[in-house]
Amino acid sequence: MMDYLLTHAPALIIAVPLLGAFLTPLISRINDKLRNIFVILTLGLTTFLVFLLANDVFTNGIRTYVFGHAGDITLPIVRILFEIDGLNAFMAIIGCLLPLIAVIYSWSFIKENTGLDKYYTLILLMTAGMLGMMLTGDMFNFFVFLEITSISSAALVAFWTNKGKASVAAFKYIVISAIGALFVLFAVAILYGQYNALNMAVLANNMSYSFLDKIALVLLIAALAMKSGIVPMHMWLPDAYGRAPSSISIILIGTTQASLYGVLRVCFTLYGSNLTTQINQIGELLISPAVLIAILLIVLALATILVGVLMALKQTDLKRMIGYAAVAEIGFMVLAIGAAISTFQTNAQTGITTMSTTGMVALKGGIFHIINDALDIGLLFLVAGAIYYATKETSLNKLGGLARNMKYTTVLFLIGLFAVSGMPPMNGFASKLLIYESTYQINPILSIVAILSSILLLAVFVKVFHSVFLGPQQSSFKKVKEVPISMLIAMGAIACIIIIFGIFPDLILTNIVNPAAQALASNTPYITSVLGGI
Amino acid sequence: MIYNFPYIAVVGLIIIGLYAVVFRRNLIKIVIGITLIESGVNLFLITLAFREDSIAPIFTGISEQTADKAPEIMSLPVPHALTLTSIVIGVAVLALMLSFIIHIYRHYKTLDARKLGGDDQ
Repeated sequence: MMDYLLTHAPALIIAVPLLGAFLTPLISRINDKLRNIFVILTLGLTTFLVFLLANDVFTNGIRTYVFGHAGDITLPIVRILFEIDGLNAFMAIIGCLLPLIAVIYSWSFIKENTGLDKYYTLILLMTAGMLGMMLTGDMFNFFVFLEITSISSAALVAFWTNKGKASVAAFKYIVISAIGALFVLFAVAILYGQYNALNMAVLANNMSYSFLDKIALVLLIAALAMKSGIVPMHMWLPDAYGRAPSSISIILIGTTQASLYGVLRVCFTLYGSNLTTQINQIGELLISPAVLIAILLIVLALATILVGVLMALKQTDLKRMIGYAAVAEIGFMVLAIGAAISTFQTNAQTGITTMSTTGMVALKGGIFHIINDALDIGLLFLVAGAIYYATKETSLNKLGGLARNMKYTTVLFLIGLFAVSGMPPMNGFASKLLIYESTYQINPILSIVAILSSILLLAVFVKVFHSVFLGPQQSSFKKVKEVPISMLIAMGAIACIIIIFGIFPDLILTNIVNPAAQALASNTPYITSVLGGI
Repeated sequence: MIYNFPYIAVVGLIIIGLYAVVFRRNLIKIVIGITLIESGVNLFLITLAFREDSIAPIFTGISEQTADKAPEIMSLPVPHALTLTSIVIGVAVLALMLSFIIHIYRHYKTLDARKLGGDDQ
């Protein structure tokens, strides 16, 4: 039974939330509580399958799943193929945990709204799309799941349509998503036209790095960077995060990170060693594409960190402020990825592409920071949602003295505050230390900017803590009560994970992060696990 | 040369679409721009499938003599499938965008992007 489940886990991880999504409106007609339980069980089952699959991938290596075909793979590959290596499994863990926490939180948070059957349906669709993006081994399939995620998340951003600004934010989001996805499709078409293949492993194997490939690379990185909210294409992100219900904001973090995963997959696996063996000539200068891309990513990352932090400083709306902090956190990951790419080098004799130890540390830090960012920013969004639930207010100028009424929420906010600004003993410290350490060896300026921004983030959130929770009790908030138990459970669960990650970072690094980093370090296993037998 | 015309049309459509998205202020025109980009990409996919003197990839429609060398004379079927998928997705995105515009119009009584303003102002 377990073996059977494990064999078909990649398909079931997509199928369970997808079928659940279409059953939700039917069950919703019977009873609201039953529907909530059904959605939580559906996502719980998905989470179980993801952990089952991830456990197997981390111990036994890459697992492929061919849809509608039981035997060996034959060329040319026309079937849809899921290929799960360490990185896919790592991302899928994020992609299933966030929606699970969000639906538990939604139980009381969104109870008084109407149209909840659509809300839960869209959440399940979004989860299916997000997990699909994270598991697929097929470029066109990636585009389809990207669009499923975009459509359902844009509809959820506009869930509170009675506020006009939610519609504007959703419109911005869908315009960015639609254009980004179309350029991904354009790049996929360019690759298909040359290699007559859509499978990532086949493409990576045949990649000749021609002029058209360069165009496709630029289109893919630009479109996916736009979707993951890197400056200068970040303007949609605080709007969408800030205007969506808090339970949606936390899943939106997952969708942006799925796009970031796309950047990783394209740079490291699809182009991989081509980035170092080919040489670009710019005037007199000979430079490898890896260095060019690394410089581009690092410059964008520094801009992202600085813009995110500085814009967060001047916000007066709590949720928009956290949105800008999320922009800054994305910058940290991209900084680490760029630093890792810059150390990419190919041995001339053996033709094996490797990364230096510094690059590996940077990559581990960046990947570890992906899960930490999802937890930290997610916790802050949930706390902001709790404050909104209790007071119906998100403006920092009007809030104050809430620590008297909401003890647990105050403690949870403090945990989120320390985690997001990289203070020990929280998880943010563990990953940020790796990033500081490695970027310092590449260029000290990078780590100086990163540390400075972390301190500024601390300043931002200490200011928030002061103006929201401390100070005299305000007459308008006298009757404010602590939020219901389901919201506390959701927030408490994240806080527990944050503290465990912070106290035992080695455990996480060796068991989860290291396989993901190893998967990126060389694309040979990814290719041979599909083409090996042929 | 004549076979390059579709590619020129693709580039033209995408550039016109991008121009509309970036410089037009009317929300409906932005949506039209996105559909233009989408048409350009779809046209690109269809053009990739075409080969000189090729026939439609339908096996039941061809005579028995030509059935053996069908893979050589047929146009590629995969891009057609991709295009169909992309068109269906495009319709969903278009409908969603237009419904957002309806909501925006109900609230602000305008479709001018400048008058909507950002949250930062």
